[in-house]
Amino acid sequence: MSLIDSVSLPRNFRLPRVDGLVQWIVPLAIVAIWQVASVTGFVPVRVLPAPSDVALAGWKLLLSGELIRNIWVSFWRASIGFLIGGSIGFAFGLANGLSQLSAKLTDTTLQMVRNVPHLALIPLVILWFGIDESAKLFLVALGVFFPIYLNTLHGIRTVDPQLIEMGRIYGMSDSELFRRVIFPGALPSIFVGIRFALGIMWLTLIVAETIAASSGLGYMAMQAREFMLIDVVVLSILIYALLGKLADSASRVLERLTLSWHPAFQKR
Amino acid sequence: MQTALRTSLPETELASRANFAPAARVAREERPLHVSGLPLSIRGLQKSFGDNEVLRGIDLHIPAGQFVAIVGKSGCGKSTLLRLIAGLEKIDAGSISFGDAAIQPEDIRVMFQEPRLLPWARVLSNVEVGLGRDRSSSDAHARAEKALTEVGLTDKRDQWPSVLSGGQKQRVALARALVSRPRVLAFDEPLGALDALTRISMQRLLERVWRDQGFTAILVTHDVAEAVALADRVLVIDEGRIAHDVMVNTARPRERGSAELASLEGSILSHLLSADDRT
Repeated sequence: MSLIDSVSLPRNFRLPRVDGLVQWIVPLAIVAIWQVASVTGFVPVRVLPAPSDVALAGWKLLLSGELIRNIWVSFWRASIGFLIGGSIGFAFGLANGLSQLSAKLTDTTLQMVRNVPHLALIPLVILWFGIDESAKLFLVALGVFFPIYLNTLHGIRTVDPQLIEMGRIYGMSDSELFRRVIFPGALPSIFVGIRFALGIMWLTLIVAETIAASSGLGYMAMQAREFMLIDVVVLSILIYALLGKLADSASRVLERLTLSWHPAFQKR
Repeated sequence: MQTALRTSLPETELASRANFAPAARVAREERPLHVSGLPLSIRGLQKSFGDNEVLRGIDLHIPAGQFVAIVGKSGCGKSTLLRLIAGLEKIDAGSISFGDAAIQPEDIRVMFQEPRLLPWARVLSNVEVGLGRDRSSSDAHARAEKALTEVGLTDKRDQWPSVLSGGQKQRVALARALVSRPRVLAFDEPLGALDALTRISMQRLLERVWRDQGFTAILVTHDVAEAVALADRVLVIDEGRIAHDVMVNTARPRERGSAELASLEGSILSHLLSADDRT
């Protein structure tokens, strides 16, 4: 017995801090291999600059304030566009999930609009808004709208009808039923929508900034291309990756906080 | 009306009365300690779903505080009868009345086969749901805790329902049904999904809270053994009518598997099966 214990103990033993770092092993390894390949000349600098060069370019842009300004502009556009599109999508999802009439009135139209790739609207949007802020906000909001709308609607429609009957029997008013039963029941699905929407948010913004903008990360990358500053181009791409990861982590934290009742989010 | 129904009493019931008269007298003293239940009168109750006539005229009087079990083949209308009593379906014809008292929604509660707990609410909050309009009152917590104590789950008050076993979930559902001190409690096969041992301990729990609180209990079940073990009276429903109305006068606490209960169970089963042969 004691033998088994002493053997199995180290296998189950884990440092909690190391656990959180495991996910970064692969990205760091890729960067390390990349650095080695660049330094040895295996990858020509004109194709892909070394990570150290990219970091140096980042440091210079950081010192000039340009990097922070551009990240801030992009972040601001992304969040405002997400808030606008997300809240409209959420509102339509609620309305169409709760009211048959509202669903009959609007769902067909929304499904038709959904099937138009929103990036195909870029020429039209430039004609409407120019290369102003509103053009970018419009495109991000439009892109974010659909995943949030669809998943909110799905979440509300699939709340267990037995629970709704239970709520009615126990005398819940409509608002109480929504607060205690329908909304919490739809929440897991709403979070799926949010995570999809975050991906679409970055995608839309970068495309829009690359095509028509005078500031932001996409603009910075396009400017750098004009001057053949390949290290800045690579830097922008890496920053997209980090921002995307950041948005995803934020939604995960939110998910864990609000869905702690869900068996899938319980600590084992 | 009672006398009219009594004409359909089977011989076994009369026989059991004759043979177990002393036991019957003890049973009278083992009534609920204080009767808070409501009497229930049903007259000419009919209900159909489309062309399907489910209930074809039910006449029934249940005295306050009685424990009635309703048995029958599946599809005989027993669950529909219960849903009508609980006000979950609309009556086509006839009436259901609860004595002369003005009733509140909190006076009548239902317990289903599924626990129907809110997965996103802790056990204690789930019990508080049962308070109905009193949910926001200041003693909501205390009342919910008291109900949890009655079903023996005080230590689970801060757990999520997903970590509870099937029997524990059903006990939380019972606490939720009890917390508003209902005067009529309707059970729709509440133990149907539980394993045999958990069933027996749940049956004991149901009997205990019924005796402590004295509500009128209506239990729909497909298990005749459960019906005779728990109820004062067993109604057999066949083709939308009350086919048999059997009194169970055995003293409480009842001994599970006793010859008396077994013979009663056997006679009710033979009624159910003979109805089956006719069709």
